[in-house]
Amino acid sequence: MTAIVEVTQTDSGPLVNASRFRAAHQSDWEGLDLLLTRMEKRSVRSLTDEDILALPLLYRSALSSLSVARETSLDRALVTYLEQLCTRAYFQIYGVPTSAVRQIRQFFARGWPIAVQALWRETVACFLLTVAGAVAGYWLVASDSSWFYSIIPNAIAGGRDPSASVETLRATIYGKQESGMLATFAVYLFTHNSQIAIFAFALGFAFAVPTVLLLVYNGLMLGAMLAVFAQKGLGFGFAGWLAIHGSTELFAIMLSGAAGIRIGMAVAFPGRAARTEAAVDAGRSAAIAVAGVVCMLLVAGLLEGIGRQTIQSDAMRYGIGIAALAGWLGYFYLPRRRA
Amino acid sequence: MRWPFRRRSTSVASLHRNFLTPEGVDLRLELGSAGARATAFLLDALILLLTLIAVTIFVALMGYAGARAEIFSILWLVGFFFLRNGWFILFEMSGRGATPGKRLLGLRVVARDGARLTGGAVIARNALREIEVFLPLSFLGMQASQSAADGFLTLFALSWSGIFLFFPLFNRDRLRVGDLLAGTWVVNDARSKLGTDLTVSERDQPSRIFSEAALNLYGIYELQTLEEVLRKGREDAIATVAATIRYKAGIADDGDDDGFLSDYYAALCVRLERGIMIGRRRENKNTGSH
Repeated sequence: MTAIVEVTQTDSGPLVNASRFRAAHQSDWEGLDLLLTRMEKRSVRSLTDEDILALPLLYRSALSSLSVARETSLDRALVTYLEQLCTRAYFQIYGVPTSAVRQIRQFFARGWPIAVQALWRETVACFLLTVAGAVAGYWLVASDSSWFYSIIPNAIAGGRDPSASVETLRATIYGKQESGMLATFAVYLFTHNSQIAIFAFALGFAFAVPTVLLLVYNGLMLGAMLAVFAQKGLGFGFAGWLAIHGSTELFAIMLSGAAGIRIGMAVAFPGRAARTEAAVDAGRSAAIAVAGVVCMLLVAGLLEGIGRQTIQSDAMRYGIGIAALAGWLGYFYLPRRRA
Repeated sequence: MRWPFRRRSTSVASLHRNFLTPEGVDLRLELGSAGARATAFLLDALILLLTLIAVTIFVALMGYAGARAEIFSILWLVGFFFLRNGWFILFEMSGRGATPGKRLLGLRVVARDGARLTGGAVIARNALREIEVFLPLSFLGMQASQSAADGFLTLFALSWSGIFLFFPLFNRDRLRVGDLLAGTWVVNDARSKLGTDLTVSERDQPSRIFSEAALNLYGIYELQTLEEVLRKGREDAIATVAATIRYKAGIADDGDDDGFLSDYYAALCVRLERGIMIGRRRENKNTGSH
């Protein structure tokens, strides 16, 4: 026993295993640390080919160092350091999202249409809810025009109410509006509608009830407006005025509603899957659909801001509206390969 | 006999979670604490607000100068929209998986199953923030602006946001509603430098030699506490600990607390490590000495 003590005292090398272990591997750990810092600051592309080849080796050696250190070393700072290093490396290697460009390409090529396809049942339900709301709104206002005021707030009506003259109503559809803030208005509509769409999605979490109400109300407003114009013989023109951007916008609203209903249903009726698993599945794919809805609303805003005011003929308006709808339907529902 | 409730209560309090890599090593992730996450969010919100104010002032000045007011108002609208929705989403989709606020607090967003964090997950967890924070906020704002202080509605908005705000405290994994739905959680992403090796003596003088009895006093737990004291390097703590050990081991005071503790640490480390090598792990001073 004393002999051993003598040897370790005279030999000025490290006394403990942990020290020898450190000396042998520390340069590897520091190399990995350096690579990780570069990846976190910039991206994988900042690494040379040599670094990329070295990365998995350094990662595995750090992992095995961690296992060894946990079993044999009493140096807690060392174990903590290795845990943090390995965790960072793990998330750089397995956990980080793919590059932005690739994600965007993937989103438009497959992610978005497939997410929308997966929502087809809910989309049909949202379509029916909107139609039911519109029929109810139309019927209510047609039978008693005072209903209009309780359905549509004054700020939105903007003078387009049952008491307005035919000329005033015609002017809102065909007349050239003062084009000063036209683009601003279109952008405002885009951001406002997008925010509502995101709400409709998020509110779905409350077992889809608020989302359903939102859709029915949207339909009610549509029907009430239509009734006002139809009573003055302007129904066809109003529908055309609406169709040019409405086919995109209403479709987008139905999709965001569908996304909301999807997560609400997953939370309420998870089926055979565990509740959280069902919620996660629904949440992720519905969120992709909602990101797509924002893109659709951008298109709708452009159509509204530029197209609606410059294109005055009914036929053109219907043509553009129907073409846009056909385009969306084709893009979403034409069959595509699944990964 | 094992008391069933005791074990459970400790596991609930702990924020450490097992996290097995494909290589089979448990990384033992630590979840971000509720306080750290709230602070990170407030920091982000503050940065957003300040940016918004700066941009608004800029736009107002440009509008005042008459330079294409329309373009600036469009920029403001789009800017506001992207700040509100894009800030969290774009930062969390980047390599660090964290907004600037989370980075400062040493947090990052991670998929619960350890897979790649997808864009869909990031969008889902942040879209839900709309109903957690912004909906009740705008609700209250609307109330205030109409000065129609409807007590019931205000109460409703407050309890609504209360439910969502405190949601993370009512589940084991500190999940927000957004996390729950996106399959993510927020973990600590702290990073420390590898500290110096305390067992390697940097001084020239020969180290002290301790008796068996002195080294038999403590176990691993005490050793690691001693390590913490030495690494922190606070004079008063070192003096107290040194005095305690000297008293228990019956060693005379030589006036060099620092050196004494370093030597004792190294000697104890050698002894306990050798114990481990031959299968005798002594967890703390109360478990049997060998």
